[in-house]
Amino acid sequence: MTQTANHAHPTDNEGGKMGMWIFLFTELFLFGGLFLVYAVFRAKYSDDFHKAAYELDALIGTLNTVILLVSSMTVAMSITAIQKGSKKLAIKLLLTTIFLAIVFMVNKYFEWHHKFDIKVYPGSEVLQNLERGELLFFGLYYMMTGLHALHVIIGMILLVICIFKIKSGHIISNRYLLLENSGLYWHLVDLIWIFLFPLLYLLT
Amino acid sequence: MENKTHISSYESHGRVLISLLLLTMLSVLVTWMEFGVFTIAVALTVASVKAFIVLTWFMHLKFESNFIRWMVAGVFVLFTLVLIITFIDYFFR
Repeated sequence: MTQTANHAHPTDNEGGKMGMWIFLFTELFLFGGLFLVYAVFRAKYSDDFHKAAYELDALIGTLNTVILLVSSMTVAMSITAIQKGSKKLAIKLLLTTIFLAIVFMVNKYFEWHHKFDIKVYPGSEVLQNLERGELLFFGLYYMMTGLHALHVIIGMILLVICIFKIKSGHIISNRYLLLENSGLYWHLVDLIWIFLFPLLYLLT
Repeated sequence: MENKTHISSYESHGRVLISLLLLTMLSVLVTWMEFGVFTIAVALTVASVKAFIVLTWFMHLKFESNFIRWMVAGVFVLFTLVLIITFIDYFFR
């Protein structure tokens, strides 16, 4: 039944993918703008940035990097699975991805919670009394990781929708554009983290 | 169209992940060793290599049409230009 419907209205895969890429470009410039602000202030207040970056937990940062990289692989594998027609495996891989995303967010929660405990949060008195460069660093840290975490949540929602669409038979081995585009979105989340991680956590 | 679709194998995804994890290890090690001024250059180079790998294999650009590939390349060139112009403005203000 879906086959005939598919035949009458062939989905424009190439166009659909191109549209997703164009959307990803806007995302790139959204984060790119923040990276620019970071780069200029880092050049201006390099000592303060070094000192402030020291406060971040590089271990949690590294752990979250590994988690995101593995989750990127499971999403890519789920596309392979659906192309080969194994629905169950595709769903399992997507569930793994969502699980990893939750672990990422839990880590993020503990990381932020610790910051809040030592009274380092936007607008706090401790933060106001720090050097100007440190204040800017933490402002950028919260903005960039916060915006990134929002993308993780949106990505999780997209993947949950994909699971339901696989179950209902709307995503099948020859029609999986939604899964492919959600995968692209998920890889973008990973891509941004690849740059956030060394810039915020490692360069102390 | 349908039969032209490239299906990446599970093994190739696994290999891509291993190379990404090795590069992550490298960037952590590099910051421990502290190369001074070069640390940021090395860290960003490693990050760029990782980004290239994700774009090429996970995001499947290796097997996309030339049009999409050039579009992506063009956007990265555009961002680099914006970066350069910002820093020219910052340094010669």
